[in-house]
Amino acid sequence: MVAFYGKDFSSRMLIGTALYPSPAIMQRAIRASGAEIVTVSLRRESAGGRIGSAFWDLIRELNVTVLPNTAGCRSVREAITTAELARELFSTAWIKLEVIGDDETLQPDPVGLVEAAQILTKDGFEVFPYCTEDLTVALRLREAGCRVIMPWAAPIGSARGIINRDALKLLRTRLPDVALVVDAGLGAPSHAADALELGYDAVLLNTAIAKAADPVAMANAFRLAVEAGRIGYEAGLMGPRDFASPSTPVVGTPFWHAVS
Amino acid sequence: MLVVLNGERTEIVARNLAALLSEKDFAHTHVAIAVNQRVVPRAAWPVTALNSGDQIEIITPRQGG
Repeated sequence: MVAFYGKDFSSRMLIGTALYPSPAIMQRAIRASGAEIVTVSLRRESAGGRIGSAFWDLIRELNVTVLPNTAGCRSVREAITTAELARELFSTAWIKLEVIGDDETLQPDPVGLVEAAQILTKDGFEVFPYCTEDLTVALRLREAGCRVIMPWAAPIGSARGIINRDALKLLRTRLPDVALVVDAGLGAPSHAADALELGYDAVLLNTAIAKAADPVAMANAFRLAVEAGRIGYEAGLMGPRDFASPSTPVVGTPFWHAVS
Repeated sequence: MLVVLNGERTEIVARNLAALLSEKDFAHTHVAIAVNQRVVPRAAWPVTALNSGDQIEIITPRQGG
């Protein structure tokens, strides 16, 4: 089990709802992933349109917990207003907080992120901030009241896996009381297993599943990888060694110390 | 009266938010609304007066990561 702001979940995967080939495949992939939390965004509804309502019906059929995001926000003000709209729309205090600082890398704006997290937490929100692997920013987010922190593995949609392993390990060591979720940049099931093996509480996936040739099969593969990674972490991984160490017993080896 | 509705200058007859939703065929959709970057709770839509130049955002759930 993993807990986010006092709510328990059996799955350690959060999944996005964007970029799937069709709404039906999105639903099947989410079910195959076993994820109990899905991320959604907020966008303008077209006049007379039913686009948002149709999408919302699909999500409600899945019977999952919704984590709305502030994707696309580039200022503290935009992020806060979007969070307030999300609270009104979904009747939830949860918000995946994104304050983007650079359009090319979609790198979070750490200054704006911390400021927005402080304001939202004081206003009763339960904030899931999307951040880089920077330790100081993570510490400030914890001070701001965040009990979940979501550093990237690599830029959003890049499928590169964990780039800065040492920094992510350091976050895990220094923030034992915070639920840590690797949020972006995972491309393969092995990347997800990697994050769980480092002791991360969960991963958040979207593009790697939605853009796979078979999103439903890939969702299942990620589900298995997340489970394997967590079990591996709990089982206690041996540390790396600089030199070889034989696994087959040496004692009793034929011809050992044979006199020539 | 002229307002900015979801980023577009729009001529409306309605004088409050609830009437605007009916006028623009948003009734019975799952939306949240901000007027001039302030969120207006659903219960306040019928009593929220609109003024010329107001910036109104009608927001709905959408796919996201």
